[in-house]
Amino acid sequence: MRSVRTRPSPSLHNVARIPVIKVGDVLIASVQEELRDRDALELQADLIGTLERTGARGVLIDVSVVATVDSFLGRLLNDIAVGARLMGAVTVVVGIQPAVAITLVELGLELRGVYTASTPEKGLALLRRVSGLVDSPRGSRRW
Amino acid sequence: MASTERRIPIAGDTDIVEARQAARELARGLGFGMVDQSRIATAVSELTRNVVRYATNSQGTAVIRALPTSTRGVGIEIVVADDGPGIADVALVQQAGYSSGRGLGMGLSGSRRLMDEMEIDSAPGHGTTVTIRKWRR
Repeated sequence: MRSVRTRPSPSLHNVARIPVIKVGDVLIASVQEELRDRDALELQADLIGTLERTGARGVLIDVSVVATVDSFLGRLLNDIAVGARLMGAVTVVVGIQPAVAITLVELGLELRGVYTASTPEKGLALLRRVSGLVDSPRGSRRW
Repeated sequence: MASTERRIPIAGDTDIVEARQAARELARGLGFGMVDQSRIATAVSELTRNVVRYATNSQGTAVIRALPTSTRGVGIEIVVADDGPGIADVALVQQAGYSSGRGLGMGLSGSRRLMDEMEIDSAPGHGTTVTIRKWRR
């Protein structure tokens, strides 16, 4: 078919996975500027899988460089938070840009299931406050 | 204004990103503010995702262009078209929260809220063309 496009295959393999790092009892993911749907879905699977493996109790997602949050990504952030909660963890999304916040409201996406904070520091403080997460001695997991 | 137009084939989620980036870049170049850039990029994201989700073979195109300066000032127009199954009830799908069951119920109604103008040209079996415009305040 004439209309079939070919795409250089390397672009499919150049996926910049979003690293999920564990700091204490918190998983931290910094989302890059432009996220394809599959990257977002992969992040969701990574976070939930890592929660299961590690028993982490908090999730912090930094979206401060994300310029576009559409209904897909907005709903996915909400889904991550709900999934994490079912796994016994609290999620906070930090750094939502003002323009993104306005757009989300107009879209009708309120991210009701997600805690938010302006900075990672405030996000961690919020996680501690909300879930009783404390900087506990290693080995113990006191909430 | 020099004729600025970009035509982006839509066939997958990488193209959604490319289309919304192109729309944002043009909007920025036209002097739209940050919030309008976000609105425009988001609307393009919703519409091109509809193509990927619903169009035949997920194929379509997005054409992004500056509008000739008129009494309304500077504008941007994006036309997202596909040869997909089309829409039987155009009025229905624009209602807030409408969903065909496979989508999120926000694609078209959300785009309308984010933009100044939206027109849908569609009929069952004849594809869908959605035109959105925004004017710089």
